[in-house]
Amino acid sequence: MSDSYSATAEARWVRWSLCGVALAFVFLFLLIPLLSVFQQALSHGVGLYLAALTEPDARAAIGLTVRSAAIAVPLNLVFGIAAAWAIARFEFRGKTLLTTLIDLPFSVSPVVAGLMFVLLFGVNSPVGAFLAAHGMKVIFAEPGIVLATVFVTFPFVARELIPLMQSQGADEEQAALVLGASGWKSFVRVTLPNVKWGLLYGVILCNARAMGEFGAVSVVSGHIRGETNTIPLHVEILYNEYNFVGAFACASILALLALLTLVIKSLIEWRQAREQNQASGRVQLARVRRAGEHA
Amino acid sequence: MSLLNRSYSVLPGFRLGFGISLAWLGLIVLLPLAMMIVATSRMGWPAFLGTVLDERVLASLRLSFVAAAIAAAINAVFGLLLAWVLVRYRLFGKRFIDAMVDLPFALPTSVAGIALTTLYAPNGLVGQYLAPLGIKVAYTPLGIVVALTFIGLPFVVRTVQPVLQELERELEEAASCLGANRWQTVRRVIFPTVLPALITGTTLAFARATGEYGSVIFIAGNIPLVSEIAPLIIVSKLDQYDQNGATAVAVVMLLISFALLLLINSLQWWSARRNGAQR
Amino acid sequence: MKRRLLILTAVMLLARGALGAPVLLNASYDVMRDFYKDYNPLFQKAWRAKSGETVTVQQSHGGSSKQILAVVNGLPADVVTMNQASDIDVLATRHLLAANWAQRFPDHSVPFTSTMVLLVRKGNPKHIRDWPDLARPGVQVILANPKTSGNGRYGYLSAWAWALRQPGGSDARARQLVGHILANVPLLDGGGRAATTTFMQRQIGDVLITFENEAEMISREFGRGQFELVYPTLSARADNPVAVVDSVVDKKGSRRQAQAYLDYLWSPEAQALAARYFLRPANPQVAARYAAQFPYARTFDVPSVFGSWQSAMQKHFADGGEFDRLMAHK
Repeated sequence: MSDSYSATAEARWVRWSLCGVALAFVFLFLLIPLLSVFQQALSHGVGLYLAALTEPDARAAIGLTVRSAAIAVPLNLVFGIAAAWAIARFEFRGKTLLTTLIDLPFSVSPVVAGLMFVLLFGVNSPVGAFLAAHGMKVIFAEPGIVLATVFVTFPFVARELIPLMQSQGADEEQAALVLGASGWKSFVRVTLPNVKWGLLYGVILCNARAMGEFGAVSVVSGHIRGETNTIPLHVEILYNEYNFVGAFACASILALLALLTLVIKSLIEWRQAREQNQASGRVQLARVRRAGEHA
Repeated sequence: MSLLNRSYSVLPGFRLGFGISLAWLGLIVLLPLAMMIVATSRMGWPAFLGTVLDERVLASLRLSFVAAAIAAAINAVFGLLLAWVLVRYRLFGKRFIDAMVDLPFALPTSVAGIALTTLYAPNGLVGQYLAPLGIKVAYTPLGIVVALTFIGLPFVVRTVQPVLQELERELEEAASCLGANRWQTVRRVIFPTVLPALITGTTLAFARATGEYGSVIFIAGNIPLVSEIAPLIIVSKLDQYDQNGATAVAVVMLLISFALLLLINSLQWWSARRNGAQR
Repeated sequence: MKRRLLILTAVMLLARGALGAPVLLNASYDVMRDFYKDYNPLFQKAWRAKSGETVTVQQSHGGSSKQILAVVNGLPADVVTMNQASDIDVLATRHLLAANWAQRFPDHSVPFTSTMVLLVRKGNPKHIRDWPDLARPGVQVILANPKTSGNGRYGYLSAWAWALRQPGGSDARARQLVGHILANVPLLDGGGRAATTTFMQRQIGDVLITFENEAEMISREFGRGQFELVYPTLSARADNPVAVVDSVVDKKGSRRQAQAYLDYLWSPEAQALAARYFLRPANPQVAARYAAQFPYARTFDVPSVFGSWQSAMQKHFADGGEFDRLMAHK
């Protein structure tokens, strides 16, 4: 990147001011809230912080949260890839409608999302009565929590992939097919590598939201301490007990998820760099060809 | 158009992809939503209209949608900027900032609300500097916008970022070779490529913000007609055991969101098609 | 295979119900956690001594009406412990428990009570003594949202009842007083504890309306030196009614244990525990022992002033009711 005024890089003052504004925004909206969470969590020392995390109810909440995210995220991952494939690669009637329906769970207030499942599976509905008669518990138990989590994180992977796959076009997959690859192979070898960043962000966002969801889960959970309380619900309880250290300590665990993102991203970048070194020649060639097409 | 259709149909897997999406959509989204609409339909038109045309309900709907739109607009600008800086520039601590972008999703919304209120209250870390200037954030509609901006930020950054990452530098180089200056390249080459993702991200941020409850109640002040959001109306109706009234307001919110989302998505498809035709 | 698994699970569940002592679930409202956390071990010990059974007690806490709705929709709570009789009445109208639930335990099924107090800043700089002082211009009042919290409702009704009981008191006078008080309310927090945080941590407001036992919790958590307690000349008595959920205990076969769990609330040990949490015990001997910490407060029973809880809720807190109208025209 050169400092001269060119078409591929901004002037130095533009870069500095863009960075400055972005940093100020991050500082004001992200960093300070994060620091305040950790400051409160650690305000009475590391000992109390760790004690708050290893207390049985907290451990149960962490376990439940991890379990339900581990079910909800893969489900939405499969759905997201399927939906993105159908929407970004094919033309069909009602496509806009389908996309809009996929967006819908975001606009449903979390409380309402929870309420819907209570209406559907509560003992006063036909479905709920049937389940109760057969001794199966959905709401006020883990399945309900998983369902609510799946609902609120429903669109993430799909919505992350669709614009990306559209901007890339289907040229490469078609080329692979023409060259004799099977549909599955072209998907694994061409599509997936091309969308890996989108996929990663989708999964990360999905996971973060799955673990952090409060409103919807709070309606279907039943709040049984040590049984159906997720981390966010446990945080609320502690906060209402004026146990600020405990509340913010548990919240900080979720904040640490962001660091997990960092690790995964670095790992992928590192692997990619290695692969690129190995195959740099081939990639270069492909790039040149593609650039030629665009020109 | 027909050309597009034919060339795209070479790819396999449409039935599979479409089938999975539809089945999952039906099970997780449409069935529960239908249940809610059925529950609302039991109350009949007069009761429904009486509920949703109430002065307080209308004021709260207006507040929810306007505040969400403002927050989405803020996020569109700063989210795009942030994504750009993160992808293109070398910056000290960039990876850390990158990781922090997901924070608003990971933090439980109530914690976000509490943290933001602590900071922006008149005696808070940030609020104490704003108070002498006459700017009140916490317990005003402005506070709602702050909370909604916070929870919506990752949407824009994370949808724009992968597109920027995959954007081929060769295109910019080509533009440069053809004599374009930087501003022209950004406006004519980069921006159109990023636009669909930007619109998607902004739309999602908007959609999410309209329904947000957990973070807002702590910072909003919750005064009827002034700072009471629509989801709070739903909750307070539930607290009165008025399940029908609650679902009625929820259905109205849903319909408005649905119409807005459909409009935005249609516009986007329309513009994508037009751009595609030009190419 | 799947079916066999189901049958196996069912058999195991049945066996657990028949052989071991059942697990009791107590659905309670938000701030009762602290008390029941200590009460449960007390009861478990006493029950083991009496019957030899080891009972596990699970706790579920949330906003009171949210908890009731959860029970209505199938949360298998053996007992409910609430802070407003009207919440338990909802379960009676859905036939989940008998309509005469209040007669099944002593003292109308209310083992302990509290009352509404005013918390003011140290030194009482605004000279707040009674409800009309909250209506003065320049006084900021922190009150939880009466639409979403029992705390807010009891506070609101206390001020209303005070105005009714004055010479020449009428609904019009009460409306005027409460209207002026609400005009001094800068924000409405969702629940009592959130209101406390606003008052104590954000340092907003001159007076906080809350339960007497909450005021004690606040002084334990935030330090006693920061505020003073003011008892108004008339306040609502805040009941903490309890009930066994018939439909659940009959299905689970846990009636005996559930009944014992609530009965034990009236034992001297449990009553003393309540007193230590600044809940006014129903047992007069225990109350006398802790008299020093409970100053005399003239209280009223909500149904005696407002007819019944149902009519109070309907008239004041339903959508379009008195509270909504006062907030709209403040």
